[in-house]
Amino acid sequence: MARQPIDQFVEGISAEKRASVYLGTKVTHEKRDKLLHDHYADPDALRRLAGEIKQHVVENLDTYLPKVEAKLQSNGVKVHWASTAEEACAAVHGIMKARGATKLVKAKTMVSEEIGLADYLEHRGIEALETDLGEFIVQIDHDHPSHIVRPIIHKSRKEIATSFEREGLGAYNDDPETITRRARAFLRKKFLQADVGLTGANFVSVESGRLVIVTNEGNSRFSLAATKCHIALVGIEKLVPRDRDLGLFLNLLARSATAQQLTVYTEFISGPKAAAQPDGPEEMHVIFVDNRRTEVLASECREILRCIRCGACLNVCPVYRQVSGHAYRSVYPGPVGAVLSPLLEGDKFADKADLPKASSLCGACNEVCPVNIPIPDLLLRLRNKGKREHAPLAEAGSPPMGAWALMASSPAAWKTALVAGKLMNVLPKTWIPIPAMKAWTDTRTLPEWRGGEFRKWLRQRPRKADGTKGSPQSHTP
Amino acid sequence: MSSSRDIILERVREALAPLPKRAPLPEWDLSRARSAVAPAGADLWPAFAARLRAVNGTPVASPDELVALLGAKGWHHGYCDPALWPALKAAFPATFTVETAFDRERVDDYQFGITSAVGAIAETGTIVLNDRGTTTRLAALAPWVHVAAIRRENIVPDLASALAVLGDDPNVIWVTGPSKTADVEGILIEGVHGPGLQVALLLD
Repeated sequence: MARQPIDQFVEGISAEKRASVYLGTKVTHEKRDKLLHDHYADPDALRRLAGEIKQHVVENLDTYLPKVEAKLQSNGVKVHWASTAEEACAAVHGIMKARGATKLVKAKTMVSEEIGLADYLEHRGIEALETDLGEFIVQIDHDHPSHIVRPIIHKSRKEIATSFEREGLGAYNDDPETITRRARAFLRKKFLQADVGLTGANFVSVESGRLVIVTNEGNSRFSLAATKCHIALVGIEKLVPRDRDLGLFLNLLARSATAQQLTVYTEFISGPKAAAQPDGPEEMHVIFVDNRRTEVLASECREILRCIRCGACLNVCPVYRQVSGHAYRSVYPGPVGAVLSPLLEGDKFADKADLPKASSLCGACNEVCPVNIPIPDLLLRLRNKGKREHAPLAEAGSPPMGAWALMASSPAAWKTALVAGKLMNVLPKTWIPIPAMKAWTDTRTLPEWRGGEFRKWLRQRPRKADGTKGSPQSHTP
Repeated sequence: MSSSRDIILERVREALAPLPKRAPLPEWDLSRARSAVAPAGADLWPAFAARLRAVNGTPVASPDELVALLGAKGWHHGYCDPALWPALKAAFPATFTVETAFDRERVDDYQFGITSAVGAIAETGTIVLNDRGTTTRLAALAPWVHVAAIRRENIVPDLASALAVLGDDPNVIWVTGPSKTADVEGILIEGVHGPGLQVALLLD
């Protein structure tokens, strides 16, 4: 039986790394849970409401997108559209060329990871520097983020100190405060020399055309204080109908992502800087990125477009906690990634058809999701899709079920199996000839076999005087 | 050849066309977003100060208190919004060098920056800055200490009320405590790109 790629990957993770990812995610999850329940009588009702609002947005993008475009334009923002990753990168490059710009500072944006922006620009002679501390470390190591909110959850301070030393950022020192101060000093110069500040957007209000960007470090703010041109890459699903809806989303996002009441810097940007303000962009561009989002919209998994990228489903997921982000071979890891990443592959869906199986379907991801995405349902729909399309990876790791199907559809075979099962109580477990069963018994003990008890009970249970079957309430067992 | 815009919008319409009906926009009462720690009452400064402390921010109730704080740490060189300076000048002894023009070529020379906040949110300990009220964005961000001068009457009780008064300024920013990160092994470090000390100064 071919094993799932994710199971193969996990063998290469050190025990130390696994323990730190496990602990980091668990602590954040528990704090999130406490904060929500301390602050709200019924946080679940808020999640459901936020989910309804985002589902409404997703199902009305045909009217909201032209509306928000008009609003942005009337605010003095130049609006661009990119249907593919390549077009989105080219749009950024085009804006920079037109300004003669060669240096870009980047705040954290998942869309830019998705479209491979930094590499694209660097191949064209443009310096594109990550400014979020974690993303900066990912960049100097030529690595990939392993968590949506905490990109270097997989790295130790020792590894970071070694990277800083290699990059000429000072002699080896693994004190997190020293690491942070060194990054502050280095990136500060880069902010002040840069021509363009690139950000994503957590939300865009259709009503006002405000982009809402949240960071804890202040890197987005710094790039928008130091540079003269702001480019925002925005997935087409990032809209909220009204400013007031942000009251719900900002509260849920900060608590879900980092167990904060509110993220440190929450920026509301509706256009270029005010005339009297000496700092900040005189020119502002918004690039709406499709990159297969419209395919997801047309699919039976469009609910995933509600996602606000908080990472709560990663932190709670028993699979993510063990395997960590790189195991998902995608920009988006964890439960949300197991749904979104295969869909964003388009006609290469089969390459990631195993990801929807990287779940025990325990449902925790749905329970913590601030927009109440039914992730387990979507995973099942994608498992079906993998089967329908005969994707080989959709079969990987599945025990052969043919014998089971024969047995379960023949009453005689079933009865025989129930009796034969009793043998397992007396024979050594290692004799069990079924590989899937062996995988289970290698690490767990089986309870005593009691097959057939239910059938016996069903036959012998008391009946009513008129001969009809009794209801469980009317008889003592 | 159609533009990317037309292609995307056409794909969106095609994707949504088969839906028998669209999910409606739920109406909801803003009070639902209020958390258990949102205060009420006429004077919101005490509640704001308590919430600011909870996010490691530093409330100060007078210019004298501010000067004592800065002096104790040896932070003697800074910037002050020229409109605020006349009211604060008397509290600063001659050992301080306070500039009323911010030079971006020397951002690291300023140990503190004093600028005006247009409001504050008591529920979250948040300071509200905007473009028209802030003399320079960099002065409120680059120095190690940012001092936001706040008027008592501009403090709103909760986040939902603050959303209702965003107004027409192109750039509003809510600042909730000092700049921070937990990227390295989940350990909290303050003062990443922005201030390591976030002060709210009450102007009365």
